Amino acid sequence: MTRAATAAYGTAGRGARPRRRARALLRWSPLAPATVLLLLFLAGPIGYCVYIAFTDMQLTGQESTSFVGLANFRRAFGDPAFLNAVVLTLVFTLVSSILGQNTLGLALAALMRRASRPVRTLTGAVVLTAWVLPEIVAGFLLYTFFERRGTLNAVLEWLHLPTQNWLFTLPILAVSFANVWRGTAFSMLIYSAALAEIPQEVTESAAVDGASGRQRLWHITLPMIRRSIGTNLMLNTLQTLSVFGLIWAMTRGGPGSRSQTLPVFMYDQAFLKSLIGYGTAVALLLLVVGALFSVVYLRLLREEV
Amino acid sequence: MRRIAPMALLTAAVLAAGTLTACGDGSGGDRNTLKVAFPKDTNNKVTVRDDYVELVARAFEKANPGKKVKLIPIQASENDYYAKIQQMMRSPKTAPDLVYEDTFLINSDIAAGLLRPLDPYLAKWADWKQFEPAAKAAARGQDGRTYGVPDGTDTRGLWFNKKIFKKAGLPQDWRPRTWDEVLAAARTIKRKVPGVIPLNVFTGKGAGEAAVMQGFEMLLYGTGQDQLYDPATKKWVTGTKGFRDSLEFLRTVYGEKLGPDVSDALSPNIQTNVATELMPEQKLAINLDGSWLGQQWQPKGGGKPWPEWPTVLGRAAFPTQHGAAPGKVSLAGGWTWSVPRQSQRPDLAWKLIETFQTKHNAVEWCVRGAQIAVRKDVAADPAYLKSLPGIDFFTGLVKISRYRPALPVYPKVSAAIGEAMEAVTSGDASPQQAADAYDEQLKSIVDGRTVAKP
Repeated sequence: MTRAATAAYGTAGRGARPRRRARALLRWSPLAPATVLLLLFLAGPIGYCVYIAFTDMQLTGQESTSFVGLANFRRAFGDPAFLNAVVLTLVFTLVSSILGQNTLGLALAALMRRASRPVRTLTGAVVLTAWVLPEIVAGFLLYTFFERRGTLNAVLEWLHLPTQNWLFTLPILAVSFANVWRGTAFSMLIYSAALAEIPQEVTESAAVDGASGRQRLWHITLPMIRRSIGTNLMLNTLQTLSVFGLIWAMTRGGPGSRSQTLPVFMYDQAFLKSLIGYGTAVALLLLVVGALFSVVYLRLLREEV
Repeated sequence: MRRIAPMALLTAAVLAAGTLTACGDGSGGDRNTLKVAFPKDTNNKVTVRDDYVELVARAFEKANPGKKVKLIPIQASENDYYAKIQQMMRSPKTAPDLVYEDTFLINSDIAAGLLRPLDPYLAKWADWKQFEPAAKAAARGQDGRTYGVPDGTDTRGLWFNKKIFKKAGLPQDWRPRTWDEVLAAARTIKRKVPGVIPLNVFTGKGAGEAAVMQGFEMLLYGTGQDQLYDPATKKWVTGTKGFRDSLEFLRTVYGEKLGPDVSDALSPNIQTNVATELMPEQKLAINLDGSWLGQQWQPKGGGKPWPEWPTVLGRAAFPTQHGAAPGKVSLAGGWTWSVPRQSQRPDLAWKLIETFQTKHNAVEWCVRGAQIAVRKDVAADPAYLKSLPGIDFFTGLVKISRYRPALPVYPKVSAAIGEAMEAVTSGDASPQQAADAYDEQLKSIVDGRTVAKP
């Protein structure tokens, strides 16, 4: 659409140079408010954050702030607690986003295509409710589910199975499950849309040719929704990397630091230990992790089959 | 098209101007409105402080026509409350005019330049003479100036359930003289009264400063002089036997299952849990805790009204490790009212502090909040002395109570102690390993100003 519009203006504007420049300016002007706002409210704070990451700013305990260069970053890489948080973040992302939300979302979308209308409506409503709930509410709900006297243990007791305090014994898996529970709806919606786009004739003719269900999935369905998979993985991963409220409400990163992912570690350093500078440096490193994931997914998207 | 461009630019300008001025609007605010920030209990049923602050604020408005008090109750766990007010105090746009500060953090905030010295006001204030010297020192910065007016203090000791003690065959007027006697009583209860938690000592990161002060430092201060900070050399102390012994005590409590289930003990809800469930439901025999506990069981504004507690609960001082003089340990803390440096109305804020600390209001708070009085006239007031059973016991501990090192880095040292406690309690580290990790962390926190003690 933009190209067509440009072409149209291009022919109309043949002639004097200043006039063309004025027109170019004019074409940009509708974007001006957005650009100004973006610079003011998005780029501004980010720039300020980058600056803080190179200082020893503290929330309390010292009055002046000085520039410390790369000290915060050096400190992070020598800090076992930071490395622990990186590992836990990767585990959390892999289990809850890539394996959990993504696979479960695809499975649900595929199953719902075949399901009857009432089943489809009901499942959709349940899954969507989990997604619509604010993160912190979901966190408290799942806390009461996993807690020692919570729902899960009540069910296990009823089945005469051994119970335990899940938030204490398996904290990182408990919060991962919570994130799957909360975020699957998003993947489900994306895949539902993607699956609906696949022309019926293709799968039907494959079936006629004798392709089994698994072959059809592997050779037809998945390649055809490859772009949706990439987009979904990217959005899911970025969202999961920044999950904070859910984990904070359920475990506060504990016990010890066994569920302390990067955002929780960041909060702990910046606001509980008052090391704003160090916490911000960790935030920038988290940004880098997110960027790395995005690059991988974008590469996947670019390759043609 | 041509008409759209100016319009767009205008819109941008209006939007930008609008948002910018919107930011500015909140800044100074109304000259006659005071903003007061204080913590609100995470348990909605507990409204003791809210009610009292509200009461004083309305009285202030009545006495000063045209002035308004805007209350900013901050409902959060203790650590989150500190972070919140520190952020608010950094900017004149958000700074309250009066803020409720824990003495644990006040020196850190003074060093950060967040608070305003009150000496000019105090010099002209007759009531200041009524305050105990130790209380006056609680809000004094390293520059010798005073940055807050305390409204109470607290002491710590053992609360025990006489009914459970009777079942276990233990004396009703229990007075343990050493750590071993405390542990022995706990073991007896575990043996004779099954289903009851023998002894609670707060531990780990979940309970935050409560674990470090009520738990660890009550132990550490009973192992010898200056085990945490050495005032003579002005250095922090590493490698003491007392530190390891205190951690060893925790390992005994949680390793022998004399305490609450480890997963409960490390949960952030343990404090509320102990005060509103375990103790009133008679599921806990001995609790090492603070003088304010009765606040939770008040008929009005308490989280869990419990009329029988005065007859059920006994109190005993916490002993030193081997019974060394003076035989008992207590730490004192408390909160102060302070004026942020960025406050726009310090004079009016001071007037409100004076209102909080009229003798009448001070008694009111000590009674409602189960506080230990810091004013001589309040401590002698019959209304105060009769307010809560045991208040005389805890007031008696003030004489031997000691304070935490009032230094800006203390909160970080405290966080490191909490981590050492958590590692030992969860079984992740031995007392020796946890103490070594603490020593390492301490060196980086205080920039190497440490001294090794045997």
